[in-house]
Amino acid sequence: MKVGIVTFPGSLDDVDAQRAVRFGGNEAVALWHGDHDLGGVDAVVLPGGFSYGDYLRCGAISRFSPVMAEVIDAAGRGMPVLGICNGFQILCESHLLPGALIRNDHRKFACRDQRLRIENARTPWTSSYDEGAEITVVLKNGEGGFVADAETLDRLEGEGQVVARYLGGNPNGSLRDIAGISNAAGNVVGLMPHPEHAVEELTGAGTQGLGFFTSLAVTAFA
Amino acid sequence: MPRVVVDVMPKPEILDPQGKAVHGALPRLGFQGVTDVRQGKRFELEFDGEVTEAVLAEVHQMAETLLSNPVIENYAVHVEQPVEAQA
Repeated sequence: MKVGIVTFPGSLDDVDAQRAVRFGGNEAVALWHGDHDLGGVDAVVLPGGFSYGDYLRCGAISRFSPVMAEVIDAAGRGMPVLGICNGFQILCESHLLPGALIRNDHRKFACRDQRLRIENARTPWTSSYDEGAEITVVLKNGEGGFVADAETLDRLEGEGQVVARYLGGNPNGSLRDIAGISNAAGNVVGLMPHPEHAVEELTGAGTQGLGFFTSLAVTAFA
Repeated sequence: MPRVVVDVMPKPEILDPQGKAVHGALPRLGFQGVTDVRQGKRFELEFDGEVTEAVLAEVHQMAETLLSNPVIENYAVHVEQPVEAQA
């Protein structure tokens, strides 16, 4: 599958995300924030970083970039979209995902290897995992606290839209230890930790993040 | 020139780590008696002509779409009249 990775001014992890997409057996296509079309890709990754310098609110300016109009449109038609870290923030600002990400409750930047439990292995981004699988990937964020009102949180839990949860201590104050969620349809997934930094033995926290990038193929041939 | 001010504040139920940090710093500097601090944002919008109802309606739209995130923030709009320069 062709997977587009959007580079915004201030994106940091776009090249790692491209690499992870290739490691996952897919073709990586570089997209630019000013693009008015998605270049025929089958899926999109919004990478981590500090797009537009995190001015105003994280993701608030990116949400109105030309390429996001295309992404929002394609997501509505069912295209798989994965937002990692800043990408997750952009998806929330775009209202493709409910809730918001706020500054870590302990006010420090968190950077560590993080254990997660995959709570929903039925999304196009998590189907390589077994439901309940415990994985370790990298976590690095300053504004990673996931918040939503109680009703929204109950709905997310009830509908199986919690995709991943933190294990071994909550690193940022996210409500109900939520590390990642999906939209109601399941095609749009936001994740605060970084699976793209855990795809090869040479660097990072191992290879347990690779499943996010092999899942597309699993889904396509299912 | 009339100025429209949009104040954006984190909703009361949303944790405000920055406000907490400021609150924590005050007693260390010898300032006593502050029981809570919430930190928000203030936007000052300058307009050329008169601030009509239509302009204000548009400011509310700006506040809802860009200046605030309604999931976590409240906003308030008010008009500031220019202060006449002292002679």
